[in-house]
Amino acid sequence: MNDSSPAPEEFGGLGIVVPQRITLDAPLLLDCGRTLAQHELMVETYGRLNADRSNAILICHALSGDHHAAGFHAAGDRKPGWWDNCIGPGRPIDTDRFFVVCLNNLGGCRGSTGPGTINPDSGKHWGPDFPIVTVRDWVRSQALLADHLGIRQWAAGIGGSLGGMQIMQWAIDLPERIRHAIVIAAAPKLSAQNIAFNEIARQAILSDPEFHDGHFYEHGTVPSRGLKLARMLGHITYLSDEAMRAKFGRVLRGGHMQFNYEVEFEVESYLRYQGQQFVDRFDANTYLLMTKALDYFDPARDYSDDLVAALSHASARFFVLAFEADWRFSPERSREIVQALVAAGKNVSYALIESQLGHDDFLMPLPEYHQLLRAYLNRVALEVGA
Amino acid sequence: MRPELRIIAEWIEPGARVLDLGCGDGALLAHLMQSREVSGYGLEIDPANVLRCIENGVNVIEADIDAGLEEFGDQSFDYVVMSQALQALQHPDLAIQEILRVGQVGVLTFPNFGHWRARTQLVRGRMPMTPALPSRWYATENIHLCTVNDFEALCQEQAWSILRRNFTGPAQRQGWLSRTIPNLFAESALYMLKGAIPAAA
Repeated sequence: MNDSSPAPEEFGGLGIVVPQRITLDAPLLLDCGRTLAQHELMVETYGRLNADRSNAILICHALSGDHHAAGFHAAGDRKPGWWDNCIGPGRPIDTDRFFVVCLNNLGGCRGSTGPGTINPDSGKHWGPDFPIVTVRDWVRSQALLADHLGIRQWAAGIGGSLGGMQIMQWAIDLPERIRHAIVIAAAPKLSAQNIAFNEIARQAILSDPEFHDGHFYEHGTVPSRGLKLARMLGHITYLSDEAMRAKFGRVLRGGHMQFNYEVEFEVESYLRYQGQQFVDRFDANTYLLMTKALDYFDPARDYSDDLVAALSHASARFFVLAFEADWRFSPERSREIVQALVAAGKNVSYALIESQLGHDDFLMPLPEYHQLLRAYLNRVALEVGA
Repeated sequence: MRPELRIIAEWIEPGARVLDLGCGDGALLAHLMQSREVSGYGLEIDPANVLRCIENGVNVIEADIDAGLEEFGDQSFDYVVMSQALQALQHPDLAIQEILRVGQVGVLTFPNFGHWRARTQLVRGRMPMTPALPSRWYATENIHLCTVNDFEALCQEQAWSILRRNFTGPAQRQGWLSRTIPNLFAESALYMLKGAIPAAA
């Protein structure tokens, strides 16, 4: 949701960045019981890995994110990567000090192995045959990537929303491989309400006649109506009531009521636009997978539903951040994580950031937010000699 | 570091688990971490102070003490410290109860409203403004001021044991006076308390 879009040379960030496709040959056993003999991940890296390989930061993306976190792919690009305001030389995640790695997760639709890529066994699109992946699977896949890059331990893992959940899972599953866990606008697991929203989004996709049970690639169709609806619903949950009121109010585009179902209110226009944009860049099967990964995320489940027991395995220092206006993963959900970490005797800090927008605030360059990240990462840099 | 914080630091055993309520910029915890290998967390409501704690490498949790400590387990800390915040709370008595539930012991400090300087201003018919109470009556955060005698009366009523106490004056030369007649001469009072009912372990 970056509104400003200056040209790369004016932006003062990373400039042009080049993604790379990395093949990971080690077999990957997934939670669902299936094994991928090999898989590919699209990856972007910024900054330089230092001599003792201690300055690497992992960025995990949220539901619809990808590997393109910062900089521009081409000079004419309208928008930089999704977290460009935070990553770059002199920015809170300072690429002059850190080696930053961001990837498109397994099952994604931006070049990593997923439903839209070709299954080498069948020569056809994976489609609905692509295994349902979990946050734990992503951590395993990301660990293979870390091995490939020669990174034994991340100086920090950072993620917002579903990205924050991956960071928590890292700290629990591979404690020795992550020094600092920065968990932003996340939750220890989804509430019934969260799952309900995801289910409506999935039903919108599954019931689109163009979906063809996930085989729409072969049919040459796109379940655009379903995907659009799913995204419209998502957008409502990313913004606060107040933000929508401030941004759109109840303004009628034509100035008067038309007594039909065309776009009348500004907010309808906004949602339709956002929905359509999404159809042009996202894959319906991936959306199903990602929402399912969110629903399944529950690290306490492996520890008799005891989050304290789950987190007692962690050795990372945690920094948990939440936003006042976020109702999708409200500050109370972040406090649950903090509470469990305190009960487990772990090092944790928690900051509540004054905000208006809602869940999407984690992508915004709010001064208080960036100051906190900068201050925390300064300490990390001193610690690892970056 | 404020002299008062230095005294508190001396009271805390090395290696202890400490919760510091209203921790400010985290100076006490930073000092305890370095000098006494203490582990712990600060609670702080002011975002500017939260940022300073992060800069100081101190574990800080942004929270409102008035909203309670229910997130923390019974007797889950060796020490719960609250320095110069009691008088700014909605329910200081309930806060102390909570402190003594969460901590094995509580360490509390507050400005003594019985200090002679405050008294003389009140005698003249004005609300006191002193180095320990620097704000005007309408601008002060302090809503529940008490004297040393008031505080000890509350401890007695609630059957809290006073394990240690110390008093500081505005200047060292007044130290002996503040120790002998604290209710009149102590500018600031420090107490270490233990709860009435031992926790069911």
